[in-house]
Amino acid sequence: MAIEILYFAWVREAIGQGSERVDPPADVTTVAGLVDWLALRGGGYATAFEHRERLRAAVDQAFVPLDTAIAGAREIAIFPPVTGG
Amino acid sequence: MIRVVVQETPIDLAAEFALAEAEDAGAVATFTGLVRGDDGVTELALEHYPGATERALEALCAEAVARWTLAKAAVVHRVGPMVPGDRVVFVATTARHRGAALEACAFLIDRLKTGAPFWKRERRGGDARWVEARESDDAAAARWG
Repeated sequence: MAIEILYFAWVREAIGQGSERVDPPADVTTVAGLVDWLALRGGGYATAFEHRERLRAAVDQAFVPLDTAIAGAREIAIFPPVTGG
Repeated sequence: MIRVVVQETPIDLAAEFALAEAEDAGAVATFTGLVRGDDGVTELALEHYPGATERALEALCAEAVARWTLAKAAVVHRVGPMVPGDRVVFVATTARHRGAALEACAFLIDRLKTGAPFWKRERRGGDARWVEARESDDAAAARWG
């Protein structure tokens, strides 16, 4: 199940790219699981995902908690708390 | 009616006021947020999530229109690099009476700060850093339920 992953702000900078397509194994079922799986790559991924409490996510452009299931998702975004306005 | 724009160009206040006043209503409330130059900030850059940002702002405007029976809600947000004094965000609410317009305008600016995907990065000379989210912003957003 290939998914488009988007990164923003310092998450994007640490990882070194704004988007990529990934194909996680079947036992990755939630956004948090996806973050754990990506962090195993080490390097910028480990740096970006070191503090889980500082991460927010969106599934198919809707804000969700990190324990949200990813089954059927087309686009998942991982980013810091927002600071607009 | 809802107007949501995310743009890299400067916000044209005269044009936005004209649009806000074009509705047949008695009250227009507006909020303009400017880049602050305090603490030596020389540039503020805004990043956003194209598509999702507009959707989030449209949902907030729809909530405001329904809750305060507005004739119109508008949010114009700038992205990209800005300098102190530049307009970052403009909110306008149009209603029959001032109470609804003023409350809805405060609701929109409070909620968009925590509910729409934008990220600020401040530059001070050669040093750039991402702005941290503030608990006071969460509290301001939460007071609207």
